[in-house]
Amino acid sequence: MTRPLEFYSEPLPGVDTSELQGKLIVIEGPDAVGRSTQIARLRSWLGQKGHAVMDTGMARSALAGKGIKQAKLGNTLGPLAMSLFYTTDFADRLENEIIPALRAGFVVLTDRYIFSIMARATARGADPKWIEQVVTGIALAPHAVYYLRAEVPDLVSRVVVGRGAFDYWESGMDVRFGRDMYESFVNYQGRIIRALDRMARQYDFEVVDAARTPDEIFADLQARISRLFHPAP
Amino acid sequence: MSALVPNRFKGKLIVVEGIDGSGKSTQISLLSQWLRSLGLAVVFSEWNSSDLVRETTRRGKKKEMFTPTTFSLIHATDFADRLERHILPPLKAGAVVCADRYAYTAFARDVARGVSRTWVRNLYRFAIRPNLCFYFRVPIDVALGRILGGRDALKYYEAGMDLGLSRNVEESFRIFQGRIIDEYDAMIGEMGFQVIDATRSIEEQQATMRRIVREKLGAILDNGLLRVPAGKEGSDDATA
Repeated sequence: MTRPLEFYSEPLPGVDTSELQGKLIVIEGPDAVGRSTQIARLRSWLGQKGHAVMDTGMARSALAGKGIKQAKLGNTLGPLAMSLFYTTDFADRLENEIIPALRAGFVVLTDRYIFSIMARATARGADPKWIEQVVTGIALAPHAVYYLRAEVPDLVSRVVVGRGAFDYWESGMDVRFGRDMYESFVNYQGRIIRALDRMARQYDFEVVDAARTPDEIFADLQARISRLFHPAP
Repeated sequence: MSALVPNRFKGKLIVVEGIDGSGKSTQISLLSQWLRSLGLAVVFSEWNSSDLVRETTRRGKKKEMFTPTTFSLIHATDFADRLERHILPPLKAGAVVCADRYAYTAFARDVARGVSRTWVRNLYRFAIRPNLCFYFRVPIDVALGRILGGRDALKYYEAGMDLGLSRNVEESFRIFQGRIIDEYDAMIGEMGFQVIDATRSIEEQQATMRRIVREKLGAILDNGLLRVPAGKEGSDDATA
C-alpha cells in the first residue's frame, strides 16, 4: 500500500483524510510538452487494468471554468486576479470532484496541479511565498507528481509543427515577455520551466524526460505508475 | 502577521467597513461628495464589483455552489481585479480612492465562516494598506431592522445559511453577523480602525468622519492630490 493522502497544511473543513482511498496522480509540465496526450493514454491503460479513473485539469470547474474562459477572451485578466481565479477553479474541483472521487476509491489523474498555478504566478512577478501559502493552504499532497520536462526549443518545435500558431496566453502575452508571440513564448516558458525546476526537490517531483517520443514517455510513465500500485518489497 | 503593503503612492485610500445594515455605504457616499466639493479627483470602488468575476459569483450564489474556501477565493479574485484595475492606477495618479469594503471584510467574514485566519490574511497580502479605515459599529438588532425595512428578505450567504447554524434565516443572520462583529472588534487595534458609532444620526457620523479626514490627511487635501479639471467642478452633485 502507498501512504495515505494528507494535506500540505491544515485539512479543509469536513474532510477526513483516512476516508480517501483512491490515488492522486499529477502530471505537470510546461505548455505543449504533451501532457494531454499522455493523460488520454494513461486513462485507458489504467481502465484496462481495472482502475476507475477520473481526470481533471485547469479551468474545468463547474464554478469558475466558464468565467476563466470568458475572462481570457477579453485579454484583460491582471496577473493577481488570474492567479486567484485559477486557485478558485482548483479549490472547486478539489472539494467537489477530486476529494469525492478519492473517497470513492478512484484514481484521479490531474493535468497540472498547484505547481503550475505557482509557476505561472511567479513567472508573472508575484511573490512566490504568497502564492505558495495560498495554494498549499488548501491542497492535498499527491501520491506522485510526474514532471514532463523538456527544453524550450522542444516546445517551440511542437507548437510550430503541431499547432501552427502560438497561443496568446501560452506565450505570456498578457505580460509581454517579448516583442512578438515567439519571443514572448520563449521567455515565458523558460520562466515556467525554471520555476517548476525549483519546486522539483521540495515537492518530490519525478522528472520524466519529455524530449523523447510519445511512446517512450508513455512506457516510462507506465513503469513508474506500476511501481506506485505495486511497490517493491 | 503581515498588515498589507504601505501606500507609497501619491493618492490616498479611504475605506469603510462594517456589517450589512451598518450604514457605511451611505456614509462613504456622503464623504465622496464632500471630497469632490473640495475639488479633489475621487474614485469610488465597491466590494464585489469586478466585471470579470461577477458572472461566476452570481452563478455560485444562485446555485448555492460555494464552500467557505471557494467563497473566500472568488472574493479575493474579485478584489485582485478591482485592485489592479480600479484602485492602483488612480492611487498612482494621485486621486482619493473611496472603497466600500476592503480586505478586512474577508478577514472578518471568511474567518466567521471557518476559514483559517492565517491563510486568509496571507491571501490578501498584496493589498495596499488604507490611509484611513472607518469601522461602523452597530448592534445586530439595529442592522437587522435597517435591512428588513429596506428589502424583502435576507440573502442566503449574507445570513450564513450555508453554515447550517439555524434553519431560521433571521436567527442564522444574528449568529453569523454576530461572529463577524466579533472578528471586526478584534481587529480594531491591530488594523488601526477609526470606530464610528453607527447608532448616531447620519449627520453626526458624517461630521465625525470629515473631522477625522481633515485631521489625518491635513494639508494634502488643499495641495498635493489630483484635482478635478477646470470646468468639471460639481459635476458629481447629481449622484447623491
